[in-house]
Amino acid sequence: MSAYARPVEVLIDELGRLPGIGPKSAQRIAFHLLKVDTVDARRLADAIVAMKENVTFCERCYNVAEGANCAICTDPARDQSILCVVEEPKDIAALEKTGVFKGVYHVLLGVMNPLEGIGPENLKIRELALRVAAEDITEVILCTNPNLEGEMTAAFIASKVLAPFEVKVSRLASGLPVGGDLEYADELTLGRALEGRHGFS
Amino acid sequence: MPLYRDEGVVLRTYKLGEADRIIVLYTRGRGKVRAVAKGVRRTRSKFGSRLEPGSMVSLQLYEGRNLDIVTQAERTEPLAGLRADLDRYGRATIMLEAIDHVSTEGEANPALYKLLTGALRELDGSGNALVVPAFVTRLLALEGVQPQVDECVACGAAEGLVVLAVHEGGMLCRSCRRGGVAISDEARLALSALVAGRVRQVLESTSAQAGQELELVAARMIEQHIERRLQSSAVIYEQLG
Repeated sequence: MSAYARPVEVLIDELGRLPGIGPKSAQRIAFHLLKVDTVDARRLADAIVAMKENVTFCERCYNVAEGANCAICTDPARDQSILCVVEEPKDIAALEKTGVFKGVYHVLLGVMNPLEGIGPENLKIRELALRVAAEDITEVILCTNPNLEGEMTAAFIASKVLAPFEVKVSRLASGLPVGGDLEYADELTLGRALEGRHGFS
Repeated sequence: MPLYRDEGVVLRTYKLGEADRIIVLYTRGRGKVRAVAKGVRRTRSKFGSRLEPGSMVSLQLYEGRNLDIVTQAERTEPLAGLRADLDRYGRATIMLEAIDHVSTEGEANPALYKLLTGALRELDGSGNALVVPAFVTRLLALEGVQPQVDECVACGAAEGLVVLAVHEGGMLCRSCRRGGVAISDEARLALSALVAGRVRQVLESTSAQAGQELELVAARMIEQHIERRLQSSAVIYEQLG
């Protein structure tokens, strides 16, 4: 016998399945929604439904998109000859915030992880090769995460996938985070920061 | 004692919540340990690259009820070769996965720890394809299993040994042959030397061809023992090989 009316119970259960939301938070959100105007609650419900129904993966770069192609692929101002390879659509958001990159993207939708049985065939790597072959691309920037899996994916793409093509392949630099302390940097990062040092211009 | 220090090798990691990871370690003093590294996925994490699969680290951990918490980690050996080379990294993942399957939490086994660290060091330095077969034979020996490679497991014949039948536990001769992987005489002799413990000699004098044969056989042997497929061998040998 539950303590709440059935619809409230159902909502709490559904909210509780969301990442980072435990039973207590789910309960708090449910009771908040019970209090707000029907209009506000409907707006939230509509937003969720609209997202699920209208958003797909871009046919060209596998970013999230409304329609067949994403906003970046259809933007005429973007440089179509520079391609940035990322793991997830949310990495695009992080790179876009820098305002530095003006090219286009390719999302792998994951990363190679042998320990979990995820190999290149589970990712959009073949599609990347097809894109590089078909489009007029001069440089591919491998922007996978700077952890072991990301590094290995980048190494695999550079050595086994892109080697036959005449494109410049580059990897994001790694170094020290701005605002951090040198003494806390791990050896590998500090070592790479030294290797990648640059002179004052 | 809630705080303790130990040395260990990171076997694998799982994402946890927003920025944490669960780190599965094989430690010298406590065997397999599962611990949380808080904030390790943040760019400014103090752990940086130290808690990634294959890292050898000296750790301070806080004993928790279920999972321990990593409070400090320092790399004990750089093992830069493993990160720089796809093949070496692939071979390392097979060894890490094997150790993860055969070890139990809270059960220290110094011989197993020594085997893992020694094999990782050798792989880091030479990248030799025979490190995995050598590692697997020794691991199986520690587990109490030894393939019979000098005579046929069915009839006992010492001549005409042509296939290694992992499910039968050793070599089969031409007339007893049923299933199994055909291996060359050189590979069989190398395996025999590995079983006898002459690891250095095998690492230095075996041809690349025989090394490749033994590498595939080694993955089968460990899979037979743990009674499941190794995720990494499927990816490594089919995709990268």
